[in-house]
Amino acid sequence: MSCDEKVDCGRRRLLVATATAGGVATVAAAVPFLASLAPSERAKSAGAPVEVDIGKIAPGEMKTVEWRGKPVWIIHRTKEMIDSLRKVDDKLVDPKSEKAQGEFDPPPGFNPETRSIKPEIMVVVGICTHLGCSPSEKFKTGAESGIDADWVGGFLCPCHGSTFDLAGRVYKNKPAPTNLPVPPHVYLSDTRIMIGENTKGA
Amino acid sequence: MKKLMLSLLAVPVLAFAAGAELHLDKAPDKAGDVAALQRGAKVFINYCLNCHSASYMRYNRLHDIGLTDAQIRDNLLFAADKVGEPMRIAMQRADAKQWFGAAPPDLTVIARARASEFGSGSDWLYTYLRTFYRDDTRPTGWNNLVFANVGMPHVLWELQGEQVLGEDHALTLAKPGKLSVQDFDAMVGDLVAYLKYMGEPVAELRKRLGIAVLLGLAVLLAFSYALKREYWKDIH
Amino acid sequence: MASSSFEKFKSDGTLVGNVVEWVDARFPMTSMWKAHLSEYYAPKNFNFWYFFGSLALLVLVLQIVTGIFLVMHYKPDASLNASGVPVAFASVEYIMRDVPWGWLIRYLHSTGASAFFIVVYMHMFRGMLYGSYRSPRELIWIFGVLIYLCLMAEAFAGYLLPWGQMSFWGAQVILSLFGAIPVVGNDLATWIRGDFVIGDSTLNRMFSFHVIAIPLALLGLVVAHVLALHEVGSNNPDGVEIKKHKDEHGIPLDGIPFHPYYTVKDIVGVVVFLMLFSVVVFFMPEGGGYFLEFNNFIPADPMVTPPHIAPVWYFTPFYSILRANTVNFLWIDAKLWGVIFMGLGVMVFFFLPWLDRSPVKSIRYRGPLYKGALAIFVVAFAILGYLGIQAPTPGRTLVSQICTIIYFAFFLLMPVYTKLDKCQPEPDRVTFK
Repeated sequence: MSCDEKVDCGRRRLLVATATAGGVATVAAAVPFLASLAPSERAKSAGAPVEVDIGKIAPGEMKTVEWRGKPVWIIHRTKEMIDSLRKVDDKLVDPKSEKAQGEFDPPPGFNPETRSIKPEIMVVVGICTHLGCSPSEKFKTGAESGIDADWVGGFLCPCHGSTFDLAGRVYKNKPAPTNLPVPPHVYLSDTRIMIGENTKGA
Repeated sequence: MKKLMLSLLAVPVLAFAAGAELHLDKAPDKAGDVAALQRGAKVFINYCLNCHSASYMRYNRLHDIGLTDAQIRDNLLFAADKVGEPMRIAMQRADAKQWFGAAPPDLTVIARARASEFGSGSDWLYTYLRTFYRDDTRPTGWNNLVFANVGMPHVLWELQGEQVLGEDHALTLAKPGKLSVQDFDAMVGDLVAYLKYMGEPVAELRKRLGIAVLLGLAVLLAFSYALKREYWKDIH
Repeated sequence: MASSSFEKFKSDGTLVGNVVEWVDARFPMTSMWKAHLSEYYAPKNFNFWYFFGSLALLVLVLQIVTGIFLVMHYKPDASLNASGVPVAFASVEYIMRDVPWGWLIRYLHSTGASAFFIVVYMHMFRGMLYGSYRSPRELIWIFGVLIYLCLMAEAFAGYLLPWGQMSFWGAQVILSLFGAIPVVGNDLATWIRGDFVIGDSTLNRMFSFHVIAIPLALLGLVVAHVLALHEVGSNNPDGVEIKKHKDEHGIPLDGIPFHPYYTVKDIVGVVVFLMLFSVVVFFMPEGGGYFLEFNNFIPADPMVTPPHIAPVWYFTPFYSILRANTVNFLWIDAKLWGVIFMGLGVMVFFFLPWLDRSPVKSIRYRGPLYKGALAIFVVAFAILGYLGIQAPTPGRTLVSQICTIIYFAFFLLMPVYTKLDKCQPEPDRVTFK
């Protein structure tokens, strides 16, 4: 800082020092207030990982469980359903799931081809990436689905018409920008999975 | 004038100091003694958490006293599924009211609620839990020195043994229990230390943070005082 | 001084200068800054007692900010949750445990309540020491007493919210006072509670008063208090008007600009205050049972009155006056007299500017009569405060009756003893060393 005769240097230095200390104190005081807006222990407890028995989901059926207050779909895909994924690749925005997939790290053993750990079990957060509605299940294929004749099965968001395939991948020219996110999950046994965590340990 | 005020102030304090006394034993200070707090937590969960809830206390808060999620799950989690849940009980309050006359109170903040001019809440609990005595006129068969006609039976009697109240208003151990007097007092001390911790889990952090805040403010005081002197040297 | 007497800001051609000029042409920005800070001339001889005005403003801001964050988590609900605890009580413990840093915000707010009264009592006492309520500052004083009344209502409503035993029974006792009013009393008390007992509706309306209605009134009154002060100028420990002696620019010779001189001085006061405040918040948040009463850690139970109920310390002098009235006379029973005297005990402060007939303002130049009267008054007030916390006994009741008489005598005899008092001559200018 420049000091000429008109400016009292000692005073200015003290002013800067006090203002700095006061600024630091103000920021420090603001931290607890801003931190208090983060999820509380109750919210964290309610958002804790959930265990799901997937043994009773018949092939071609799905089950919805709640995790962190959101619907998580567990879809038991048949052979035909898995095969259908490859047929629609060129109609999708991001067939190889290369864009960021929400806030979650992919679980260990995640295969981008099927967007799952095991090909037949698809786990996905059922919240449209457009504006947060929950898409509805459209597993019927072809014209019977009411969508179009080429429909291979998937999901339709009732709010703004985004469509997703059976791996939660979004179709082109729809409002939703990205695929439905795959939540952290891990297989505790062949028939039990834990949603919300990528490791068995904790 | 100041002296006059002070001496006048002293009059009522002296005149009214006497009142009904409640003698409480001083609870041992075990704040920060992690081993004691862990033992106390175990006693609490085994003996108290059947009838009394601690419904604002989450199991995983026990991280504070050095327990891991795995330890909590394996040793302490009998009444809940997840470590993030609060310490609730299965007993219905309506049933409890019928059985004991009053529903057993939630114990989360009991150590704060029991403080009085006679001593800290810990002192009260430490005395209360050690002064049950046989009284056949009571439905439970027990009475207590600091909580007369209490509804709670002496849950720890197998450990302490049976005390009786003498003519001189003193307790004597008529039938020894599984623990010696010293061991029983130490165990109650652990339990009370845990209850005190549970009343305000943040207490230790609060004090540590307080020192940091005061140091920070002291720096600010030095700067701001120097700045004030700097400006005010112009004022004559 | 009128804000229009200040010149508008002229830009120096920089971007910031242009923006300020643009705003200043449309909004009294620089004129407000000058009128209230940089060209508000305060006497240069302010002492220790003059910190408490700005500290009161600081505590007001602290209470509003912490309050805003507490409202985000608190639930005014008297119904019982699954564990049999009232939801409101449980939500306070939720703040204390589950909300990140919630404990700190709550302790700041609960300690802030007591700090507010300490600061305001000091501020009011300053007024009595130096005659700050005397002409031409009567209206400042009246706004101040109104602020004090609002503060009492605010504290009362706020104290119900944790829904502990003291919350419940304290409100029960105070709202029952309305029942003392003849004819309509009991109906009025029921109407205020919104129920036949203190209940969920009482809790909800007190919540509304505490977070919206009273703070709005409080803010308006604080603005009026400061505007009135800046209209007539500050008093000082010598009680002489600095506006009597001005230089050629019309600036009082003994006045200094509030900013920067009193801003830098008040910052020192603020830091010292914050240090004392932090000692309570971090090392003794219960304030020995006076700031957070022990029985308030037990949820409200309409079936069981705690053996010993006492109001929070800042109400105890008036509570003592209430209890001191044990005689029925003039066809009015003791309960109603208690209520009347308690009310008068607060209201009498409004009349202070007209009760004081002394030729001087400041205690420095007053005679022994006022000094003695003020000393005895302070002691009586403190004793009343002490007794309000204690359980009543015949001896204590007698002392509180004597102190009540002293309390009112201080005010009612003031026109006499201030006139008879042997005052010293006031200096012409303030004393400053």
